[in-house]
Amino acid sequence: MATTMTSPAREHTRRPAHPARPRRRWSREALVAMLFVAPAALGFAVFTLVPAIRGFYYSFTDYDVFQPESFVGTANYERMIADPVFWNSLVVTLQYVVINIVFQTIFALVLAVLMHRLTQSLVVRGIILGPYLVANVIVALVWFWILDYQIGIGNQFIEWLGLDRLAFFGDPALAIPTIAFINVWRHVGYTALLIFAGLQMIPKEMYEASAIDGAGEWKTFWRITVPLLRPVLAVVLVVSIIGSFQIFDTVAVTTQGGPVNATRVIYYYIYDLAFNRYEFGYASAVSVALFLILAGVSLLQLRLTRANQSDLA
Amino acid sequence: MSVPPTLPIEPAPLAPVNDTDPAPTKPIGTVSSPVRGRPRLRGRIGRVLAWAFLIASLVLTLFPFYWMLRTSFSSNAALAANSGNLLPAEFSLGGWKRVLGLATPEEALADGGSGASLDFWLYLRNSIIVATITTVVQTFFCALAAYAFARLRWPGRDAMLFLFLTALMIPPIFTTLPNFILIRDLGLLNTFLGIMLPSLLMAPFSIFFLRQFFLGIPKELEEAARLDGAGYARTFFQVVAPISSAPIMTLAILTYIGTWNEYFWPLLVGRSEEVRVLTVALGVFRSQTPQGSPDWAGLMAATLISALPIIILFALMGKRVINSIGFSGLK
Repeated sequence: MATTMTSPAREHTRRPAHPARPRRRWSREALVAMLFVAPAALGFAVFTLVPAIRGFYYSFTDYDVFQPESFVGTANYERMIADPVFWNSLVVTLQYVVINIVFQTIFALVLAVLMHRLTQSLVVRGIILGPYLVANVIVALVWFWILDYQIGIGNQFIEWLGLDRLAFFGDPALAIPTIAFINVWRHVGYTALLIFAGLQMIPKEMYEASAIDGAGEWKTFWRITVPLLRPVLAVVLVVSIIGSFQIFDTVAVTTQGGPVNATRVIYYYIYDLAFNRYEFGYASAVSVALFLILAGVSLLQLRLTRANQSDLA
Repeated sequence: MSVPPTLPIEPAPLAPVNDTDPAPTKPIGTVSSPVRGRPRLRGRIGRVLAWAFLIASLVLTLFPFYWMLRTSFSSNAALAANSGNLLPAEFSLGGWKRVLGLATPEEALADGGSGASLDFWLYLRNSIIVATITTVVQTFFCALAAYAFARLRWPGRDAMLFLFLTALMIPPIFTTLPNFILIRDLGLLNTFLGIMLPSLLMAPFSIFFLRQFFLGIPKELEEAARLDGAGYARTFFQVVAPISSAPIMTLAILTYIGTWNEYFWPLLVGRSEEVRVLTVALGVFRSQTPQGSPDWAGLMAATLISALPIIILFALMGKRVINSIGFSGLK
């Protein structure tokens, strides 16, 4: 960096746009750029690129963290295909993703439209973003307390409504919806703000024209808002789907995979395999599977966003 | 999953993050012509319903925060009997005392705790160390890289940018397992460096975030600096970085919040007491009472106090964070 910080006087005599020495200028620019990128590139190579390759390699070994690994071919993958817990974790994760995404998207869309049409208040936006800023662990603990079977206020409320108490975390049928709900609570404000930003890109004239034509609120929503929002919704949707496949913190703090594997989502299963049972090779194979699933979702994203890009034009 | 892994799809000119909201809010009761101003919801009943829904959502959003507060000031013994009461059950500072390490184990047990107290100040210090260093170093290096990607010409630039972009699609756990081995082999388990290292030098999202802003800076500014004899580095540090301080600040805040809230990696690498961060400590505190009723008052005091720094940060810088959300995901 010292060379580039040299006295201005010397630089001055050389003149930046000097036509006689274009190559020298360019190489200096490249040198500075390389220097600027070097730390990030190093970090990327050491902690992303090489680990990704290593992870792939481990999936073909029997690595157990303690002893050097040996190559086992596709044994881990064969085991995975025959592993009911793996398939169960996929099913459970999918259940979670579907419940989470459906409710989160609908709720966020409604919130965003209401914020757009009713109030531009920064305070309102601040409040709905609030849960997103709090750690997953904290969110999980608070809801764990609110939904406690014995003395949680949630169950008090349910009883007050005249219904039976619910074992939100103890009932296998309820555990995943409960965890999905907790994460909807945390993320809905963030998603709503993303959609809200999309809404602000829709030209006002569209609404004016629709109002002059006498279209009602409902019709305006379906005929104008939703179609013009489609590219934004596609991006938001896929980003949230990829995010929700990686649910971990909430499960780790509340149910830890139970009851009876009902919340053993794929991310938690990988964690469990690697760090509780030290089956690193197998855990790597399962994460390759997760990687492939997410790559598929990402590809879908590219197609969807491209296909819909024209709508806003 | 610190900062949202969303990325700008295309480089697009964008408004500065701290741009003020251009829409003046008009009084709602007046008969406003729909043609002028912002699109507004029409119809009285519809509007009442819409407001009711919005307010209900806000209440549902805020209630758990209130419930943390209420529980933290209750005594555990009284919680069971007054579980439906909206006010603190038998006002008590016991939970806060246990969290702040002011209660003896006997007192904690007597108050329905697990006998465990939280060494809150230690974990707070650890969280501050990890979040601050990570934020400062990472933001600095990302700004440098973003500048090189946005404004400088060098061989391999586009290829490397593409490589960074693809990295956003790799699920973190895929690199987490080998990284854990690497950190262990380096002997950095249970060290601050081990917790920070993987995210210290770069975060793809941050590079893209800043690159977008740098792309929008007028060429003339840099040319003027260069005519005055400044080199590339100087142009960056004395011209580009200062006028981009708003987006850089925004990114730093987002990074700070993300790092503060991180759970998975510190859980793996920083289990031991002296480097344990608050999120991990909360998990430990909760699991210390596997049987029986947890120390709810203490736990809620702990959650509140762990969230407090972020809540304060948000109260001070909220506008910036809120306005950056639309940008971070879409354009």
